[in-house]
Amino acid sequence: MNPQLLLAIPLLPLAAAIIAGLAGKLIGRTGAALITIAGVAAACVLSVQVLWALLHGAPPWNAPVYTWLVSDNVSMQVGFLVDRLTALMMVVVTFVSLCVHVYTMGYMRDDPGYQRFFAYISLFTFSMLMLVMANNFMQLFFGWEAVGVVSYLLIGFWYTRPSAIFANLKAFLVNRVGDFGFLLGIAGVLYYTGSLDYQTAFSWAPGIAARTMTILPGHAWSAMTVICICLFIGAMGKSAQVPLHVWLPDSMEGPTPISALIHAATMVTAGIFMVARMSPLFEYSDTALSFVMVIGATTALFMGFLGIINNDIKRVVAYSTLSQLGYMTVALGVSAYSVAIFHLMTHAFFKALLFLTAGAVIVAMHHEQDMRKMGGLRHRMPLTYWTSVIGALALIGTPFFSGFYSKDALIEAVGESHRYGASYAYFCVVAGVFVTAFYTFRMIFMTFHGEERLDHHAKEHFHDVGWDMKGPLVALAIPSLLIGFFTIEPVLFNGYFGSAIRVLERNDVVAEIGREFHGAANFALHSVLSLPLYLAIAGVVSAWYLVLKRPALATSIQQRFSWLYRLLDNKYYFDWFNENVLARSSRALGYGLWRGGDQAIIDGVLVNGSAGAVGWFAGVARALQSGFLYSYAFWMIVGLVMLLGWFLVRL
Amino acid sequence: MLKLNALSLLSTLVWLPIGGGLLTLLIGDSRAQVARWFALLVSIATLLLCVPLYQGFDHSTAVFQFIERMPWIRQLHAEYYLGVDGISLPLIVLTAFMTVPVLIAAWTVIEKRPAQYFAAFLILEGLMIGVFCAMDSLLFYFFWEAMLIPMFLIIGIWGGPRRVYATLKFFLYTFLGSVLMLVALIYLYLKAGEYSIAGFQSLPLTLVEQRWIFLAFLVAFAVKVPMWPVHTWLPDAHVEAPTGGSVILAAIMLKMGGYGLLRFSLPMTPDASRELDWLVIALSLIAVVYIGFVALAQTDMKKLIAYSSIAHMGFVTLGAFLAFDIMANTGSTSGAVNGLDGAMVQMISHGLISGALFLCIGVMYDRLHSREISAYGGVINVMPKFAAFMVFFGLANSGLPGTSGFVGEFLVILASFKANFWYAFLAATTLILGAAYTLWLVKRVIFGPVANDQVAKMSDLNGREFLVLGVLAAAVLLIGIWPAPLVQTMEASVRHLLEQITVSKIPVG
Repeated sequence: MNPQLLLAIPLLPLAAAIIAGLAGKLIGRTGAALITIAGVAAACVLSVQVLWALLHGAPPWNAPVYTWLVSDNVSMQVGFLVDRLTALMMVVVTFVSLCVHVYTMGYMRDDPGYQRFFAYISLFTFSMLMLVMANNFMQLFFGWEAVGVVSYLLIGFWYTRPSAIFANLKAFLVNRVGDFGFLLGIAGVLYYTGSLDYQTAFSWAPGIAARTMTILPGHAWSAMTVICICLFIGAMGKSAQVPLHVWLPDSMEGPTPISALIHAATMVTAGIFMVARMSPLFEYSDTALSFVMVIGATTALFMGFLGIINNDIKRVVAYSTLSQLGYMTVALGVSAYSVAIFHLMTHAFFKALLFLTAGAVIVAMHHEQDMRKMGGLRHRMPLTYWTSVIGALALIGTPFFSGFYSKDALIEAVGESHRYGASYAYFCVVAGVFVTAFYTFRMIFMTFHGEERLDHHAKEHFHDVGWDMKGPLVALAIPSLLIGFFTIEPVLFNGYFGSAIRVLERNDVVAEIGREFHGAANFALHSVLSLPLYLAIAGVVSAWYLVLKRPALATSIQQRFSWLYRLLDNKYYFDWFNENVLARSSRALGYGLWRGGDQAIIDGVLVNGSAGAVGWFAGVARALQSGFLYSYAFWMIVGLVMLLGWFLVRL
Repeated sequence: MLKLNALSLLSTLVWLPIGGGLLTLLIGDSRAQVARWFALLVSIATLLLCVPLYQGFDHSTAVFQFIERMPWIRQLHAEYYLGVDGISLPLIVLTAFMTVPVLIAAWTVIEKRPAQYFAAFLILEGLMIGVFCAMDSLLFYFFWEAMLIPMFLIIGIWGGPRRVYATLKFFLYTFLGSVLMLVALIYLYLKAGEYSIAGFQSLPLTLVEQRWIFLAFLVAFAVKVPMWPVHTWLPDAHVEAPTGGSVILAAIMLKMGGYGLLRFSLPMTPDASRELDWLVIALSLIAVVYIGFVALAQTDMKKLIAYSSIAHMGFVTLGAFLAFDIMANTGSTSGAVNGLDGAMVQMISHGLISGALFLCIGVMYDRLHSREISAYGGVINVMPKFAAFMVFFGLANSGLPGTSGFVGEFLVILASFKANFWYAFLAATTLILGAAYTLWLVKRVIFGPVANDQVAKMSDLNGREFLVLGVLAAAVLLIGIWPAPLVQTMEASVRHLLEQITVSKIPVG
């Protein structure tokens, strides 16, 4: 691999972002769109070339670019580790980003912040590439935070909307809670390995596994467990796992293209990628992996429930994303890292597709997101409908679709696992199949089927989207349909990842499935004998029955189980707790410390307290007010300067 | 006459701005424009003198360089003794660097006695550089006290309505600290027979002596940093100071405290430092957490940034005192240099970022004449360029990687994990708290719809303001992307400092 070309992959989008951001007025709207698209397209082509080279026997690339800092013999470098795991991520990121760039031309056509938007998404592409290409923890953290900042800027893109700037601050702060853990984890890695370089740190992993650390007196914990849980807390923030998931639904305040790119396909999967990258560490802590698994399973099932009752088309897809991220996390927790990455890849395509079709509907409806005001749109926008259905079928795991392969492999892997908590996780991921199918097709039926419920305004302004938006839909529909079939065997069972992912033999559930695997077609046909397929069918049928056939039944169920509805409608009260308990008590604590600590005790008692001090204070104040202090000070300066000056002149 | 040659580069750095300041006074307010340009040229010339200083500096050694040494007050054995090492060099450059934007930013804003204002900053600059390169402790003390005078004048003449209260509080606090330091210095002089800092550093002292001296120094430096609980002068001083005063106060004067800890406390009283490091660490962590919460509750922008400064300076004092716990915990000094490097980088970075934030607040204050957060809202709609800078510096203040704000905090957190998990835990809360108070400020002031008619009338940055903020943003980015040169400059001196503090000074037998 050519180092200059590798360097060009992140730097081209960066350069395009800088040009579009700083010279946006100069190059105009078209100029900004073209230059950023050119940048990311070039990065995409080069990424494919890198993947191609790796597939044809090129060795992984691992080398520094420059030395960021050397302190205490710890050399922190900016550098790239490009193996097959990285290359896969690079292709997914740049391809989805390219689709979103093109789509944006149509979606943001009338927006005054057109150039700014292109600058942001190109900057995001750069940051995400830096994250996945890092060969060390420092750069990983850089990319990690940089994608967070771009996400912050993009959620708040329409900065005059109070809901948008609430959501972006919330997203940043919740992510920072995760980063807090992440940074501690990184510090732990340095402590135990003396290096922030992946390769060095990983080579020390078996040694750390034997060590313990005492955090609370009397409790010696495995150092690896502490480090891995800390690192995973970072992933919980970025990949929106319970209880740090609360920012993701609100992030839908941002324009839809970025919901597809950042909050579905790429950034939110950074946590999944990170854990897979750290598999040489996580493998040595069963406790941490159980923790990962339980958190993931909870997210997968319980966030899916929230999709069921939502009427905002984007939010349904957002909850679906939460749930699918939970699936990936479960896979990590059972040591099926490759399956997690495989699902990450298929999900990136079909979820980006679903978001972009939702965006097309929203634009066509003149920025209406409420599904209750849609219906019957399949006649008005057939291409969007059909691509939507492809995305939906992939999401629910229809045999032969991409999502089927990743999800079925995932469920089987969980079934094979004997790790503590695996039966709970298995229940969650299986039950989740029904839930997924239900909310997904509820969305499809409410949006595209049944009678039109468009209001007057939407009817009058309705216009199907142009080819700049349809093109990306088609471009994403193809991999959503096909990529699973063609890649499951090479990616999962032929040792694609090589040394990039390390699994201890006793944990290797993927190998277990591999023994039963006899080709992709066979795998799909085999599903007829398994429960998930029937759960998915049941979910679709239930959705059809409740949305199209007997909508009245849905209302009566909702009334019958009103407590459950309220619980779901309030999103399990996480937001309520965060806003009314955490945020409010933090502000109250700050106010109390300020008024009570600083002003009453320190200033009131210690500074102004003693009567003598006050009297002296007043005396000096009088002198000052009569102007003496100025002249005194002036003469003091003159005197001091003359003293030193005289001494210098004398020499 | 004055002997200026290549050897007296440090003297030139000290006296050129002071002399320039006195000449600016002579030019007078009646020829304000001449005075402004003259002062600006002097400050730029001073900054340019840092180029030969940096280039001539050999960073492979901890030995003091550019030494100028001659008798000063013979009766007291005090010397005019200047020199730089890797710890003082970056601070000198920072001082020279920050004075230029302060002068440019004041160009048309200061209408009252402009020549005197510009002169005060030049004189202040020279005296502050003097603090950093003085190697004789009496000379150090002279600069240390003298620099307060122009700062008093700046707050007292060009300050806000409660400036008298603020200056007095400032004066009382620093006076108390300085007196104790003077007592300690006199004690050391009586023992050593000279005032040389290097002599004090190598002077054997019993633990009891060290303890007292350590505490006296600690009070003096803690007030300057400022550390909790002697920090309450800072928010008041900032609120009342004019923009330039706030910038220099935050960017340079607070660094005197950190510098003092590194130059005096640690190497002169290493055994007491080892014994009492828990005190400094506890106060530092309180600064990070307690002050972080207090910052959250502020309604005045300048106070908020002032509290943010205290929290960020907590990393300086924390990083400086981690070495002993790291040695106790791990049995090696590995990681201690991370802490010291982190403390130094944090000082430089905080100088740039807090300076920039105070300049940003100044830009808004000049237009709306209010520091209240609630008076603003939606500034981005009318000042998009300014908003970009404010968001950038806000993120830098939150410790975003890629900006200088990250480097120091990162190093200190890495080091504190080696000392004690809970130090790292508490220090890392800055990730959440720092982001919370800074970005909440940004949200309320910058984002949202235009809040009121007055905001609607605000005009975006003029060329001068753009230049000032742009230069600072470039510096913040440069250090964030490539901190290696900065760290390399100080590495040898920091290592030397670590050697000094690991060797006991208690006389044997």
